[in-house]
Amino acid sequence: MTQTSAPGKLKVGKVGELVPRVDAPTKVKGEFAYASDLIVPGMLWGHTLRSPHAHARIRSLDISEAVSMPGVHAVLTHDDVPGKKTYGLEFPDQPVLAIDRVLYYGEAVALVAAEHPEQARRAAERIRVAYEPLEPVTDMERATEQPPLHAEGPARGHGYFDDPRPNVVRHMVIRHGDVEAVGDVSVSGVYEVGIQDQAFLGPESGLAVPDGEGGVDIYVATQWLHVDRAQVAPCLGLPLSAVRVHLAGVGGAFGGREDLSMQVHGALLALHTNRPVKIVYNREESFMGHVHRHPARIWCEHRATREGKLVNVRMRILLDGGAYASSSTAVASNAASFAAGPYEVPNALIESTAVYSNNPPCGAMRGFGAVQTCFASEAQMDKLADALGIDPIELRLLNALQPGDVLPTGQTIGGSLPIAETIRAAAALEPPPAEELPRDPVRLPGGTGNTTHGEGVRRGVGFAVGFKNIAYSEGFDDYCAARVRLLADGSAEIHCAAAEVGQGVTGVILQVARTELGIDDVRLAPGQTATVESAGSASASRMTWMAAGAVRDACRAALEEQQRRPGEEIDVERIYRHPRTTPLDPQTGQVTGERAHVAFAACAMKVVAEVDVDLGLTRIVWIGAAQDVGRAVNPQQVEGQIEGGTAQGLGLALMEEIQTRDGLITNASFTDYLIPTALDMPPVESVLIEEPEPSAPYGVKGVGEPPTVVSTAAVVGALRAATGRELTRVPVRPDDICL
Amino acid sequence: MEILTPRTLDEALRIKSERPGAWPIQGGTDVMVALNFDRNRPEAMLNLNEVAALRGWSRDNGALRLGSGLTYAEIEHGELRDVLPALAEASRTVGSPQIRNRGTIGGNLGTSSPAGDALPPLLVEDAEVECASVRGTRRLPLGEFVTGVKRNALEPDELITAVWLTPSEAPQTFMKVGPRNAMVIAVVSLAVSAGEELRASFGSASPRPVLVTAPREEADAFPARVAAAAAPIDDVRGSEAYRRHALRVLTHRALERVLA
Repeated sequence: MTQTSAPGKLKVGKVGELVPRVDAPTKVKGEFAYASDLIVPGMLWGHTLRSPHAHARIRSLDISEAVSMPGVHAVLTHDDVPGKKTYGLEFPDQPVLAIDRVLYYGEAVALVAAEHPEQARRAAERIRVAYEPLEPVTDMERATEQPPLHAEGPARGHGYFDDPRPNVVRHMVIRHGDVEAVGDVSVSGVYEVGIQDQAFLGPESGLAVPDGEGGVDIYVATQWLHVDRAQVAPCLGLPLSAVRVHLAGVGGAFGGREDLSMQVHGALLALHTNRPVKIVYNREESFMGHVHRHPARIWCEHRATREGKLVNVRMRILLDGGAYASSSTAVASNAASFAAGPYEVPNALIESTAVYSNNPPCGAMRGFGAVQTCFASEAQMDKLADALGIDPIELRLLNALQPGDVLPTGQTIGGSLPIAETIRAAAALEPPPAEELPRDPVRLPGGTGNTTHGEGVRRGVGFAVGFKNIAYSEGFDDYCAARVRLLADGSAEIHCAAAEVGQGVTGVILQVARTELGIDDVRLAPGQTATVESAGSASASRMTWMAAGAVRDACRAALEEQQRRPGEEIDVERIYRHPRTTPLDPQTGQVTGERAHVAFAACAMKVVAEVDVDLGLTRIVWIGAAQDVGRAVNPQQVEGQIEGGTAQGLGLALMEEIQTRDGLITNASFTDYLIPTALDMPPVESVLIEEPEPSAPYGVKGVGEPPTVVSTAAVVGALRAATGRELTRVPVRPDDICL
Repeated sequence: MEILTPRTLDEALRIKSERPGAWPIQGGTDVMVALNFDRNRPEAMLNLNEVAALRGWSRDNGALRLGSGLTYAEIEHGELRDVLPALAEASRTVGSPQIRNRGTIGGNLGTSSPAGDALPPLLVEDAEVECASVRGTRRLPLGEFVTGVKRNALEPDELITAVWLTPSEAPQTFMKVGPRNAMVIAVVSLAVSAGEELRASFGSASPRPVLVTAPREEADAFPARVAAAAAPIDDVRGSEAYRRHALRVLTHRALERVLA
């Protein structure tokens, strides 16, 4: 264990050392200030009126009664949005407030600011909205034949394949080699993934404070401060300099805070009332307040030689993006890029389509398209192993990608990608022997429910491997800035707008700065847009790599500057860029330059499950993971990410699904949207494969997503082994096992 | 909203007769969810936490009087665990330890949800619900007390003060199916005892609690009989077909336990 020095002044180590989290004690004790804890004198409470329909025309909107309610200071509609009326991460297709129609259940329609949150809620109830319900588009397969929800085609003209069908956000095809190539054997399957929610514990919240000069400061739980500012300022009709975004305490993100939630709304109310305005969503509202993981339907055919070498992988991927684009184009592309898994595939035909519908909007979530396809393609690999009579791990090793191999997109793997080593390391992990019976029912499927004392219980072992990209792809200029001040007292202050979303980037930044500057006394200034350039998003497993690069470069520049001007205070800012990427060809899905993706990271996982086959209940007993991490900046943090990421994938495998009926969410609560408890998530034994990534600072790779990508596939693999059922849909329902 | 906090049962009953719209609250594990989700906005809350007469449990000859303020944690960990084992097993399945420290059987009865975990084991033990008002006290068999989904026979001026039962001492068990291994609302639950006769009652599979009985020698047919007595529905938590199937499996397993 690392020793700590004086209390309150934790000695944070250098890159590669095991360092306890600085924020852990306050979070464990409930003392950490999350965005929902923000409070300032004179503050008003904002509330959002949301659509009860999945698809409707707004005939009229009457706020007269609501404005005159006690304590109410403002009631705003789309008429009160002074600047651009729409926004969006990729295309501005989403209105700040609904204009003449609503496209999803929970879409924001109007805003209220009042002295008390209760007054704001009561006033919102008195806003009269006359809706004319319309037939909702809810089936992703039928969406491309139904009337267009976005007739103007927001995604057109951005360099993607121009698909004439209605409701297509992006359609792409990867053609690799001879797409008709045949093998000795072929296995097929159709797989489905339900809508998963990020289910972060800290709901959307923030505080907007007017500066008295027409500008506004927004304190918010987010993943990317500068892109928030870039979307908020035009809607407010303000220059970027008049909008300052500050990072407030984030209670989990997982992609769900990439899109805006309350940022524009809070700022509109604050500027309108000239009072600080706080907005906090409740749990039910949070399920409507952010985008979710895309539900998917995936058709697969894998062709291979008798010896088990993959010959041709053919997949058709359909993703429901819901009402607005969010990051659907990138999710569709990522799903296609990693569809075939970390295998050398000489020929492939991979089609990927994201559609618009009136279902809940979907966008970024940990794993970003690769989770859905890994679930399908790893099921296919097991099926292929079975058809060939080859050990499934041997089959994976036989086809494992390695540096120098070519991906279906035509990109040659240049950096580190130790797939075979990762598979071998996970395969070598030995699960504990089965526990004796009788045992406490909490150690059996069904847990506290006391449903079995051993009756009907079968044990199964699953194995899967998955990979995905690190950082943004396809030509996105994905940079990160850091600023270093060397002060007269010998200490250093780092500015970096990297969002600490619980992943521990704060510790990474301090470790890098201490390593580079050779001093202990380093502080990280609060994250904000005004004092430093963009850090990019805490997304895509990129933040550790990018922040490490930027802080390293800024520290080295600061030391050089200090040599030139000894004795003076130093203040330098540097921008770090990873190797440039270029777009995929819209016709062939092939790379147009050296690379479409920056680098890759993989995880292999072995899972032991016990399944009560008569009741369809499950207990995951043990998980062993081997992960390709490049170099671990802080091994303890990396293990934490592996465990957390695994739990999220396990949740998708076993229980997590937003259910809808005609586009309406029917389980918007933690009573009915279930996430794993300590009785559902077993201990994880993890092995870190450290093969430095040559293009990354210190050889690091992102670690947050690979375990999520693979754990869903590995858990369901174990369930298949225990039950003998195909289990082609996640989350697996008890019905799927025992009926 | 007004919060009314009586110190004695008499005071509580007087308030309830004067303010029948006041919502009784004890542990608050159901009531606070309804308030926080803005499902209901009563004019007043009747806080029963200071009324000592509602807490704990006592013996009266062979009968037990369980105060409506008796918590699941008290049932799970105390002496009652041996006297009412199925109720104790049911209590262990309720929510998290924090919820079990607050939640009470009075609340479970007051809510009268088909998913109420305490109801099947209490019904199998022929429990009666004691309802009190300034007009007097009456006892209703549990099967008559619950009249429908989240509806019961409580008059507007009445409070649930206790549950009465005479422990059968029959071998008994409780099981609950949920899609995760702790902290779930029952997809379906079951209490079974095997005394002079076989007795079963289930949760989340009918609008009201149902008691199914059979002679001991008809054990083989009992799982099918229990499943047939259910009237389950399809909802976000589970399917009708699964609930019926699970009831058969659970009854079969329960009989193996209680007849062993």
